[in-house]
Amino acid sequence: MTAIDEPLTSVADPEGYTLSAWERRFIGIHLFIAIVALGIGSLIGPLQALEFSNVDLYRYLEPVLQSYYQGLTLHGVLNALVWTTFFIVGFTTFTTVKGLRRPLSHPKVNVAGLVVMVVGLLMTAIPLLLDQATVLYTFYPPLKASWLFYVGLTLVVVGSWISGVGFYLTLMAWRRENRGVRSPFIALAGVINAAMWQIATLGVAVEMLTMLIPWSFGLIDATDPELARTYFWFTGHPLVYFWLLPVYISWYGMLPKQVGGRLFSDSIARLAFWMFLIVSVPVGFHHQFADPGIPQVWKWIHAVLTYGVALPSMLTAFTVIASLEYAARRRGGTGLIGWVRALPWNDPSVAAQLLAGILFMFGGIGGLTNASYNVNLVIHNTAWVPGHFHLTVATAVTLSFMGITYWLVPHLSHKRLWSPKVAVVQAWTWFVGMVIFSNAMHMLGLLGAPRRTPLGEAPYVPEEWNGHLLRVSIGGTILLISAITYLVVMWKTFRGPKASPSEVPEAPIAESLRDAQLTPVWLDRFKPWLIVAALLVLLAYGPQLVDQIVNMNLNSPGVDFDIW
Amino acid sequence: MTESETQQEDSTQLTMGIDPWERNWIRFSIALLVVFAALVTIAGFAGGFQLPGVDSEVDPRTVTDSGPWSEPGVREIAPGRYEAYVIAQAWSFTPREIVLPIGAEVDIMVTSVDVQHGFKVSDTNLNMQVVPGQVSRLSFTFDEVGEFPYICTEYCGQGHAAMYGTIRVLSEVDFAALADDSSTEEASS
Repeated sequence: MTAIDEPLTSVADPEGYTLSAWERRFIGIHLFIAIVALGIGSLIGPLQALEFSNVDLYRYLEPVLQSYYQGLTLHGVLNALVWTTFFIVGFTTFTTVKGLRRPLSHPKVNVAGLVVMVVGLLMTAIPLLLDQATVLYTFYPPLKASWLFYVGLTLVVVGSWISGVGFYLTLMAWRRENRGVRSPFIALAGVINAAMWQIATLGVAVEMLTMLIPWSFGLIDATDPELARTYFWFTGHPLVYFWLLPVYISWYGMLPKQVGGRLFSDSIARLAFWMFLIVSVPVGFHHQFADPGIPQVWKWIHAVLTYGVALPSMLTAFTVIASLEYAARRRGGTGLIGWVRALPWNDPSVAAQLLAGILFMFGGIGGLTNASYNVNLVIHNTAWVPGHFHLTVATAVTLSFMGITYWLVPHLSHKRLWSPKVAVVQAWTWFVGMVIFSNAMHMLGLLGAPRRTPLGEAPYVPEEWNGHLLRVSIGGTILLISAITYLVVMWKTFRGPKASPSEVPEAPIAESLRDAQLTPVWLDRFKPWLIVAALLVLLAYGPQLVDQIVNMNLNSPGVDFDIW
Repeated sequence: MTESETQQEDSTQLTMGIDPWERNWIRFSIALLVVFAALVTIAGFAGGFQLPGVDSEVDPRTVTDSGPWSEPGVREIAPGRYEAYVIAQAWSFTPREIVLPIGAEVDIMVTSVDVQHGFKVSDTNLNMQVVPGQVSRLSFTFDEVGEFPYICTEYCGQGHAAMYGTIRVLSEVDFAALADDSSTEEASS
């Protein structure tokens, strides 16, 4: 920490590009859909949490929601798939144009991406709302949803691919205009995430196109559920990094600026993203440790590779905390840990992201447990698992995204954030609610409670679970209050009067402590990393996947009635 | 960090510029993860630990027509060694109860005839995804008397929350008495 007294002047003007009205609206549409999805999905979540204490609100919600499982499916699809994907595509559009300080090179491509995503979303929504796709967000065959569900979800993914191509083309255009210059971090990182997503979603694309869609149309009679699981988890694990990497863009590339400092290490930030590109995908079998039909040796190989993907997150922990400490000491913070108090906790965007980061440490530790070849059997398919991912996707990701919207929505809409104080309270209530909820879920899982099960009505629940079940309900209720608060803040901001230009928050784009131009060229090149990524996928998935495809047995038709 | 103050396009400066503290953290992280991987490998392959793996494949449409799957249940195959065939079907297990004497080593095989299910026995390492077309298999030795519920841990439709069964582990005496009872019943019926 030698550079603390160095004056914090910009090497280049980070505000060198002002978004056009069209760009602001285009990104805003993504965020609007995302926040509506989060709103609906989050209002449904507590119905599950309250059911655990025998408060069954579903009976009052008929005919809107037919069952716990329909609510749970909506909660999962809207929050984990729709909120995340629309936010990420909108946010990446922002980091691309703002980072590169140039407009999209092929805006029609990006518009096409959004249109396809919206069409897909509408197609998915119909069967979900009609209770014809109550298959949860993992849609394991042979539970059979309406064809609209499969085609719709596929289109959402295809739309995100098209937008990804738009980002890539824009980066290539920038590079032609700026030969020899290192790509700006936030733009490069967004494109790396888009590339990782395109590789990762090949699994679910093959599952949809070769099995689920033909089956839902009646072209084939039956499925191979184990092969479907392998396809699904090829995508299912990197999906979590697709959610997480935009958060890392903010934590590395924006949060340091928001707290008054700089990015501690540009090189490490880039290295972490490239590592995610190569090791996010070949780890999916660690979701299938308890599966039949997959040799133990492949499960073990993926377990080891999963420790590899923990490394970039550990690098991130250091660099992000070092960036925060650098800023806090500039602000007069002292002490080994005491500097944390010097951070601007009254800024809701900062508070939300710091609290998200704190819970993510616990989420990461739990994740290592999940990935452990032996310990996984204790918690597979138990309440521990949703307990875990409510720390990761529902806090590290969602609370950070909320924090980002606290400056991004005012920035795009030229409004002032409605009541920063209320927004700070929102962040804290989310944190407190999630600590209670998630801890209780982890405990229930260790005691053997199954995941995604209405435990309020389950006949096998022993008395010792009751205290934890109650805490799930309490945590869920606090989270409901927090979610409603968030929606109110967003709505009041959105509907508020136009603010004067000086009141509109600027986009926080952090400078690196060291000139990014000193970062080695190999941290700015796609080709070597893409080759390594492809090789690793082929080595870690190829033999077993080919074996399962060659020996495919389409013999599971499912049941001939709506099982839900 | 001081080299950043002389920023020149000099190829000798194109290093990653990693802070010494950060370098040590990276070393520590790698070492920690290697130790974790090693420990998990040892724990996973020593001491009889097992995960489900490749067993047999079946046709879920016909699996209950013949062979052991036509009569699911538990049977003794050698003194102290048992095997249990369990059918998972929305929304119950067949059999609903497995009775074993203390110390019994049992091979549990589960398959589904409709959708995916889960099979997790509380307070043990028995936890299997149950997938139509595949046989899930683990073995376990029950060293304690008591009741161990096996719970369906995978969503399988409206009745999923009620889907469970019970493994009852009895003392030698109780188990022998039960065996006598059932043989008398069979004789009298």
